[in-house]
Amino acid sequence: MAVRTLLSKKTLTTVLRNDPKPIGAAITQSRGLHVFTLPDLAYDYGALEPVISGEIMQIHHQKHHQTYITNYNKALEQLHDSVAKADSLTTVKLQNAIKFNGGGHINHSIFWKNLAPVREGGGEPPKEALGWAIDTNFGSLEALIQKVNAEGAALQGSGWVWLALDKELKRLVVETTANQDPLVTKGTSLVPLLGIDVWEHAYYLQYKNVRPDYLKNIWKVINWKYASEVYENAF
Amino acid sequence: MASCYLNPIPTSSRLFSPDLSTKFKIPKLLHRKKRFGVLPRSSKVTAFYGLKTPPYEHDALEPYMSKQTIDVHWGEHHRNFIEGLNKQLGKDDILYGYTLDELVKVTYNNGNPSPEFNNAAEVWNHDFFWESMQPGGGDIPILGLLQQIEKDFGSFTNFKEKFTEAALTLFGSGWVWLVLKREEKQLAIVKTSNSICPIVWGDIPIINLDLWEHAYYLDYKNDRAKYVNVFLNHLVSWNAATERLTWGEAFVNLGEPKIPVA
Repeated sequence: MAVRTLLSKKTLTTVLRNDPKPIGAAITQSRGLHVFTLPDLAYDYGALEPVISGEIMQIHHQKHHQTYITNYNKALEQLHDSVAKADSLTTVKLQNAIKFNGGGHINHSIFWKNLAPVREGGGEPPKEALGWAIDTNFGSLEALIQKVNAEGAALQGSGWVWLALDKELKRLVVETTANQDPLVTKGTSLVPLLGIDVWEHAYYLQYKNVRPDYLKNIWKVINWKYASEVYENAF
Repeated sequence: MASCYLNPIPTSSRLFSPDLSTKFKIPKLLHRKKRFGVLPRSSKVTAFYGLKTPPYEHDALEPYMSKQTIDVHWGEHHRNFIEGLNKQLGKDDILYGYTLDELVKVTYNNGNPSPEFNNAAEVWNHDFFWESMQPGGGDIPILGLLQQIEKDFGSFTNFKEKFTEAALTLFGSGWVWLVLKREEKQLAIVKTSNSICPIVWGDIPIINLDLWEHAYYLDYKNDRAKYVNVFLNHLVSWNAATERLTWGEAFVNLGEPKIPVA
């Protein structure tokens, strides 16, 4: 059984694609430690043009997201070892790297699902439950978009701007997180519905320093269907 | 300097840096912008910081830093910080009359920064950054600076390794600095997030490197390691660093120089 796991085609391809030391990852997998892999996009790199260029999508996915995953796996392996050896100093020291790289993986995985080409419903306004909730909480979709864009533009440095559901308070909120902090760092009852990456790498090649233009345009490819699904399944 | 076309003495010039034991007050200069040769009717006086130009043409750092990068980085980002700062300061005269150094420290407010801090600090950081680079830079420092680096880091190679490591372990946006620490009387490598500038902690900066993605994305995309490498080997101005260390030695006693005995 273990041999089959090690040698299954998917394992081999993912291992060889992602890890420079394939033997190491295979051994790690056999130890029961999950090795994260880059999720595929549901659309081509160029499918979101002209809102987000294919060049940005490719580098963002294949380089940035992949790097987060690689470093996350590395940090998890080191964590696993340090916990086994009861090396508390290393365990605690690794927390930053895990939050950063793990957060990067979590956030970007959500982000790819938040986007969709126009021909697949990208940009279509939310309806039914989520649509009503937005109107109740923010007045209108336009008001929500304005708020998200304002907070996204004002964010200093790198980070994310989120539309979230607060499960406890049963309402929608707009939140920002710094660097790659996942949304839960702002509140354990927050469920991310939409996240917009406002790191410069998400828009610089196309929009240069004009982040507000990127924020204005991205709504044309936002996948409200996914956000609605998450919202309806949250309770 | 070419930048301040109205104020003959740019208030952002480091010549006005305080920290001397007798702090001399800079006389408040009443500079009113003459529009079409006529003074504006309002008598409101406003603070005004000028956009300093880098000490080289925009294409002088090619192929290591492209003209396009400097056009956008200096022409848009840096310019926006200055304009944003002047607009914020134009609202009232509470923060009037500070040198840029003083303004950064005052707006930092001991860790609880005011809204003006981001703009002021980024102006300071970027002024410093352009001057930390030169065409034909890189190579290795000489004389006193090299001696001090070898003393505090073991070897120049080790310094480069530590600097690179700091740059690659900085999460998010920020800067990496080589500073002279006053208390420890030593050179040290410091990482700061977003727009924080180590002068707020009393350090004396020697060189800095902009690690915001906008500084390298057009040239190197996500390859931060290559950018840092190129900076250290081809861009960094050890001349500027020597000048700053010499200035710093007026405040920090680094001991007697090693004078060779005949």
